[in-house]
Amino acid sequence: MAHPAQRRVGLPVWNKGHRVRETVISCRNVSKIFGPDPVRHLAELKVNPQAPLNGHVHAVREVDLDIERGEMLVVMGLSGSGKSTLVRCLSRLVEITGGHVTVEGQDIATLSDAGLIDLRRRKMGMVFQGFGLLPHRTVLDNVAFPLEMRGQDRKTRYARARDMLTLVGLTGREGYFPRELSGGQQQRVGIARSLAVEPDIWFLDEPFSALDPLIRREMQDEFLRLKGLLNKTVIFITHDFDEALRLADRIAIMKDGRIVQCDTPDRIVLHPATDYVARFTAEIDRARVVRAGSLVRPLDEPPEGAAWAATRTIRDLARDLVADSRKVIPVADAAGAVIGGLNRQEALDVLLGVAG
Amino acid sequence: MPPSAHAGRVGQMLLALAVCMAMGKALLPPGLIRPPDWLILPFADWINAAFFFLQNDLGLMAVTRAFSDVVDWLLSVTANLLYGKSRWPNLGPIPWIVVAATAFMAGYALKGWRLAALAGGTFVWIALMGQWKWAMETLSVILVAAPFSVALGLGTGVLAWRSPWFDRVLNPVLNIAQSLPHFAYMIPVVVFIGVGPKAGAIVTIIFSVPPMIRMTLLGLKMVPEEVIEAGKMSGATRWQLLTRVRIPTARSQILIGVNQVIMQCLAMVVLASFIGMPGLGQKLLQLLQSLKIGLSVEIGVTIVLLAVTLDRLSKAWALRLPEHAEPSPHWLGRNRLLVIWLALCVLGVVLAHFVPYFLEVERKQALSVAGPIDALMDRFIRLIAPVTAWLRWFLITWVLIPTRDAYLWMPFSAVLLLLAAVGWAIGGVRSAAVCVAYFGLIALSGWWDRAMITVYTVTVSVLIAALIGLPLGIWAARRPVRAERVLLICDTAQTFPSFIYLIPVIMLFGVSDVAVVAAVVVFAAVPIVRYTIEGLCSVPPELIEAADMSGATRRQTLWHVRLPMALPTMLVGANQSVMFSLFMVIIAAFIGTQDLGQEMQRALSTTDVGKGVVLGLAVAFMGLMTDHLITRWSEARKRALGL
Ligand SMILES: Nc1ncnc2c1ncn2[C@@H]1O[C@H](COP(=O)(O)OP(=O)(O)OP(=O)(O)O)[C@@H](O)[C@H]1O
Ligand SMILES: [Mg+2]
Repeated sequence: MAHPAQRRVGLPVWNKGHRVRETVISCRNVSKIFGPDPVRHLAELKVNPQAPLNGHVHAVREVDLDIERGEMLVVMGLSGSGKSTLVRCLSRLVEITGGHVTVEGQDIATLSDAGLIDLRRRKMGMVFQGFGLLPHRTVLDNVAFPLEMRGQDRKTRYARARDMLTLVGLTGREGYFPRELSGGQQQRVGIARSLAVEPDIWFLDEPFSALDPLIRREMQDEFLRLKGLLNKTVIFITHDFDEALRLADRIAIMKDGRIVQCDTPDRIVLHPATDYVARFTAEIDRARVVRAGSLVRPLDEPPEGAAWAATRTIRDLARDLVADSRKVIPVADAAGAVIGGLNRQEALDVLLGVAG
Repeated sequence: MPPSAHAGRVGQMLLALAVCMAMGKALLPPGLIRPPDWLILPFADWINAAFFFLQNDLGLMAVTRAFSDVVDWLLSVTANLLYGKSRWPNLGPIPWIVVAATAFMAGYALKGWRLAALAGGTFVWIALMGQWKWAMETLSVILVAAPFSVALGLGTGVLAWRSPWFDRVLNPVLNIAQSLPHFAYMIPVVVFIGVGPKAGAIVTIIFSVPPMIRMTLLGLKMVPEEVIEAGKMSGATRWQLLTRVRIPTARSQILIGVNQVIMQCLAMVVLASFIGMPGLGQKLLQLLQSLKIGLSVEIGVTIVLLAVTLDRLSKAWALRLPEHAEPSPHWLGRNRLLVIWLALCVLGVVLAHFVPYFLEVERKQALSVAGPIDALMDRFIRLIAPVTAWLRWFLITWVLIPTRDAYLWMPFSAVLLLLAAVGWAIGGVRSAAVCVAYFGLIALSGWWDRAMITVYTVTVSVLIAALIGLPLGIWAARRPVRAERVLLICDTAQTFPSFIYLIPVIMLFGVSDVAVVAAVVVFAAVPIVRYTIEGLCSVPPELIEAADMSGATRRQTLWHVRLPMALPTMLVGANQSVMFSLFMVIIAAFIGTQDLGQEMQRALSTTDVGKGVVLGLAVAFMGLMTDHLITRWSEARKRALGL
């Protein structure tokens, strides 16, 4: 097997297309500590990493992260690993203890109250793990709530809210109250509400967890369609690896408040940074994740025969892989230029689930 | 040595010392038997000085006058509307049939037919019995006072929630305020405002604010974090968050606060008859003073019905969960109840216009059951006279007088040591200090003997109440259906204004010490029964099954499993019981007692603010001390049981 560094060359080309890269959210050394005196505890930790906890919980530790415009970042990790807290740091629902969070070039810690409210009204939407619906408002009023806060008049905001409810398949329930809905329906109200303001940055904390498999699939499709349409930046928390694979551009895996690996799905599967990540992905059918492009190596000799598209997964290529007899198969990017060769044996190993 | 054993040892030593001092009373210097004169501090004079400074030099008088003018104006409006006092807007009186229909519709909208029947029926009863004017005088004050209290409580609650500093200052103030007897509120108000409906309304407002503050704070603290975060992410400003997210989400707690305000208002308005507040309370007071039992029972029934109606209506409002309305294209379809109500009102006005009976029931036309009640009661009382006479004799000669003498005989220093011993055993040095501080202040106030009489009445009454209440609670808790029924009765009884309890006891025992004790016993037994049932019913069934499996008999299960597990809850009941008896003892002073309550009434009639406040605080301190001890004990039990 080649040295990992070698593989990084020209990798995500097929993934990002021709998009201009622009960082929307960036975290530098972000930490969040809950407890009686978080700032002092952080200072103590700097001197002595083994400092006693004294009732503090280190929910997020020294996270560095850059999220690009239009990117879909999925955050995964065990329960209590700090996923929700990280997302709350990004929207300043909690004040971070250390580090900096920048949104569109502005450090959000320096924003005034008014500035923060403005940022949230114009740019952000969030779906909450526990839905966070207002119990005394009807479904329609819940969805229209962010628009009401912006001061939109009744008619326009109700019209928009109705559209959003149609989108999530809740027409006919406008007059219901949250407590009269099932968990899945409540979750969809939360999704509709977060979409009402057409946010550029969309935070979703386990948004599909309460949905049944059919609706979940539907919502995922709808979600991908919306994302393609609107070019939103999405930060998405889930416990479901399949979901992550379906949706993610990149996956960040958290453990005890740290991001242990943040990478494309196929790289996470092929090259887990730690045992923890490896165990996380152990159950995954790697052939469905790994694409031809990620197994490419530089060609020593000129290519022979037809080139395969880099974006196809090994599962898609299964039939061809078995039928073909070449040892190294050329792989081409979206423009048709050959970017390297695929070792057929290695690809077959992935297909058969033989550990590399 | 574990700390509790240590505390127990110190407690025992203090107890032994107290007993020695009591036994050797003859050897004690007189300064340790009664608080010596030089020790007594002129608290009353200080308070009076402070009060007159506020009143005259700080211009507080102007502020209170302005406030009371607003209240007065509102009172005249409601008085015009409800019983036709000739004031602006000169529309009233609203025919009673319209008021009854409104109550009926409110009951129906909030809960359904049964509440509708109760609410409507109450007002029909009031009208037919010819008590309309008095009831409306009472109601007109509640109608003005309750919104004021709610607004004040909501505002203060929000402030306390915003500023933890204010919350910390407010909490002890509220504790004292909620343990001050009713009369302690009246005296300063009489000084500032005088007597009459205006003063009655204002004292009612002040008295009923604390529960509203408490419930507002509780509600605001209970709003789920994620709902607030959802509001923030929707871009709500602070004000929007408060008014459109937090307060609406805390709706249930806040409305429970409103319910408590209304009930407190009713209790106070009835008592405010002592400062010249006309209405049901005043009528009842006059009738009781002239021992007209039948008529006072009629008024009592009215007050009880009114209390239950107001309680059920406001509780139904508080506990109503939002429910979606069937979408209906017509305005009429969506507002069906409103239309029916308006139609009924119009119908009622027309009816009243042509048939004056439906506008107002004249005294001559009024029904009365006083005659039959009097006759019946006479027979009944004559029937049980031997029993009541014996009971009276027995209680007075064998229980009350000996206990009272014993309490008065105790040297005050021994009492303080005794309290220190109890405090130490329960909560260590801190509790001991708290007990001594509270009672020490009472000793310093110069009202030691009077205070001891109050303490004696309360202890005797609570003990008798426990003797009755505990078995009753245990019996009721045996079957779930029975438990539910008894709990309902207790809940209902707790909504009655305390004044009501005096009617039956005066009926049975006349004007005597026994009547006072009986009134306090009945009032104090209710919480004991209630919390005994609640405690016993909330014992986890696994525990009882485990006991059954170990072959315990029912009695063993009760003694070794259920009662110990229920004790913390039952202690809450004991706590409330003591609080209630303190309030009741003071009110019962009007039957004739020699305790703090009677002095308080004197202070009221001479408008001696300083004395009134000192006496009120003395009562409050007794309550606060008991509360401290019982809470500590109950917490310790809970910890021990791992609850
Ligand atoms: N407001 C808070 N106060 C104190 N501790 C908190 C708070 N919020 C979160 N924590 C702690 O921070 C840690 C991370 O919590 P977080 O909610 O971010 O986990 P999570 O990864 O979202 O878990 P889950 O998958 O169960 O939602 C946990 O140990 C939690 O107890
Ligand atoms: Mg979470």
